[in-house]
Amino acid sequence: MLLSRVADALYWTGRYLERAEHVARVIDVRLDLGLDRINKGGWDFARLYSDLQFTEPKEPPGTPAALVDAIVFDGANRESVIACVTAARENARQVREEISADMWEHVNGLYLRLREAKAEGTWSTRSHYLSRLIIEGVHLFQGITDATMGHGEGWQYLQVGRFLERVDVTAGMLCQHFPKESVGARAATTPAAQIEWVGLLRCCSALEPYTRVYTADIRPERVAEFLLLNSEFPRSIRFAASCVESSLRTIALHGARGSGGRAERLAGRLHASLDYGQVDEILSDDPQNYLKGINAQVDDVHAAIYQTYLGYPIETALPA
Amino acid sequence: MTTVSSQSLPSGALFSSYRLDGPYDEMFDSSGAPRPHCRALLEAIQAAALPELRQHQQDANSAFLAQGITFTVYGDDQGTERIFPYDLLPRVITAAEWRTLERGLGQRLTAINHFLKDVYHDERILKEGIVPRDLVHSCRHFRREMRGVHVHKDIYVSVSGTDLIRMQNGEFVVLEDNLRVPSGVSYMLTNREITKRVFPGLFDRYKVAPVAHYGQVLLSALRALAPETRQEPTFVVLTPGIGNSAYFEHAFLARQMGVPLVEGRDLLVHDNIVYMRTTAGLRRVDVIYRRVDDDFLDPLAFRPDSHLGVAGLLNAYRAGNVSLANAIGTGIADDKAVYAYLPAIIKFYLSEEPILQNVETYLCSNASERSHVVENLDTLVVKAVGEAGGYGMLIGPHSTARERAAFRAKILADPRNYIAQPTLSFSRAPCFVEDCVEPRHVDLRPYVLYGEKVQIVPGGLTRVALRKGSLVVNSSQGGGSKDTWVLEE
Repeated sequence: MLLSRVADALYWTGRYLERAEHVARVIDVRLDLGLDRINKGGWDFARLYSDLQFTEPKEPPGTPAALVDAIVFDGANRESVIACVTAARENARQVREEISADMWEHVNGLYLRLREAKAEGTWSTRSHYLSRLIIEGVHLFQGITDATMGHGEGWQYLQVGRFLERVDVTAGMLCQHFPKESVGARAATTPAAQIEWVGLLRCCSALEPYTRVYTADIRPERVAEFLLLNSEFPRSIRFAASCVESSLRTIALHGARGSGGRAERLAGRLHASLDYGQVDEILSDDPQNYLKGINAQVDDVHAAIYQTYLGYPIETALPA
Repeated sequence: MTTVSSQSLPSGALFSSYRLDGPYDEMFDSSGAPRPHCRALLEAIQAAALPELRQHQQDANSAFLAQGITFTVYGDDQGTERIFPYDLLPRVITAAEWRTLERGLGQRLTAINHFLKDVYHDERILKEGIVPRDLVHSCRHFRREMRGVHVHKDIYVSVSGTDLIRMQNGEFVVLEDNLRVPSGVSYMLTNREITKRVFPGLFDRYKVAPVAHYGQVLLSALRALAPETRQEPTFVVLTPGIGNSAYFEHAFLARQMGVPLVEGRDLLVHDNIVYMRTTAGLRRVDVIYRRVDDDFLDPLAFRPDSHLGVAGLLNAYRAGNVSLANAIGTGIADDKAVYAYLPAIIKFYLSEEPILQNVETYLCSNASERSHVVENLDTLVVKAVGEAGGYGMLIGPHSTARERAAFRAKILADPRNYIAQPTLSFSRAPCFVEDCVEPRHVDLRPYVLYGEKVQIVPGGLTRVALRKGSLVVNSSQGGGSKDTWVLEE
């Protein structure tokens, strides 16, 4: 038994922290790759903005430090890392009686650390360390959560938020890398193309896990297969979808409201379609359309969670 | 006057600015020698010396920040959060002193619960003219809606926070009763936790009574309010929400008791039954420890513009389908004018002499007392009867002629709303301020719980007026707090 408002706050804590981690990693990777091309005409952050699916501002930042200020530290930008961490902390603050003291102190500490870093002003030029600070902060939160909070219903909502967000951002990012027309088995021949695919893998912490499966032979269709359909890699869409499904199944058992199955069923369908997906079919058909379909299913699962558990109409729940 | 009496104060830079010029000192007697129960504490402070004290104070401040025990500075859009100042040096109360306090506080709260029952039912005390009827019925916190309403087991006040001060002769007296939604108990508990963590050496030579079980005791007091017919009653803590300055405490207490922390929007009333909205559907609520004022509890009954409460809650309460701690309308007993009658109230219901004395109080509603007050504003403290938090106060000796004129006008315009008390020389305790140990004025707020019986966790919140010379301990006015030790026998 969990208050709907509490479940809601836990769900969003999970989502916001996942998003903060994703943004931090993309910045880290993109700024690093950018250094390899710095002599070929200055900084171009277009790819970074498209990876994050952020609208590129009319006057894009001119330097990496300005970019970090905008995407990490600008609290007025609702998509920035600091805005995500602040939102996660605000949500956690509203459910302090539900989460462990260690979890709260950690997310509060991460928030304070980021504010401090912003005030210190020296971190914008040390983007790698800043990204590590954020990524490790989120990882540590997950570790503390697993180790100190009962794995009951509330924990499951944190998981749903975290993995649903992962499916969403990963599908969105992949969408930017696969053109509408088929890429088929075209090898990543040019060095520039090669770097792009490596960059994509690194944005998902997937480079080394990929090479362990396919060796360092980087091919687009394999990258797609790995990030979409790998069953063991925790940042693949299939893996994340399976976590969403399994958490929602547990939640349905707790809930015991008549319509409890909808969110679970939608998540199960998404997971099953990935379980039985074929990368050659996906790529030869219309990969962008396929990935957008995944984003749409994420929206459906989200809506079903609200409809069933968090924002159901009172009339349907009153005792007869 | 000071030089003679201070001669035996500890030497060294740490105590160089310590003075014993007036009020009772919690650590030293008038000759400057440490009181017997403070000797070990003094030795520990001196042994630690300045660098260590600084380190401990710094550790404590970062611990409060890390735990998010902060309040937001209003009007600061940067969202700056500050901690409530914590003073490193504990305040020590002996076992014998505590025994008296315990008896006195229990007596007082028992009488208050009788009084509230009587005022909302038979009105015996009003009929016999012990307390003037006008005084009670003109009180801002009197709730007509509560007349004749049966309150489960006649427990009106489950939780009280009584403010005490120590007078020149070392005796504790009651300054005010807080019977609506007294706050601060989380500071009593975290102050202890922090002191243990940052300055464990202090505990070596003392047997300090533990306070950590407050949550269990509070829950047992709430259990007394649960209807017998409900097999597994549901308890909740009702908070105004994250914007409230005591939000940390509400979450803290919910966690300590293991019950849900709800906001008004989580609850609804249907057929006079209160439900909360959960992921498994609606669930009935039996006992609400509410930290929302009467005014905001139910927009249908009280302030219609309030979004903090639950529409229909009052009717569910009157139907006996839900219990509230504290009951609605308890504020009449902590009205500062009714306070003056507390000794009479105790005698009336219990036929006992009050164990804890009141501070002498002048009621401005009474013509002769009023003229005494307006003629002596420069020596008195004037308080608005319904206010708390150090607001609506005039401290005569620290006031300007203009302020006194303004208060004089206010008193004459609305005498019922004001009382006055002599400016009290209440006790001071050593505090670690700006790298020195100096005395500061302190009060004491123990938390009294009333369930099947009266229970008081041995301890309380000691609030400190950290500004030098200040008499105001409220956190909104530059006050801080310190750990409070009650010694075991």
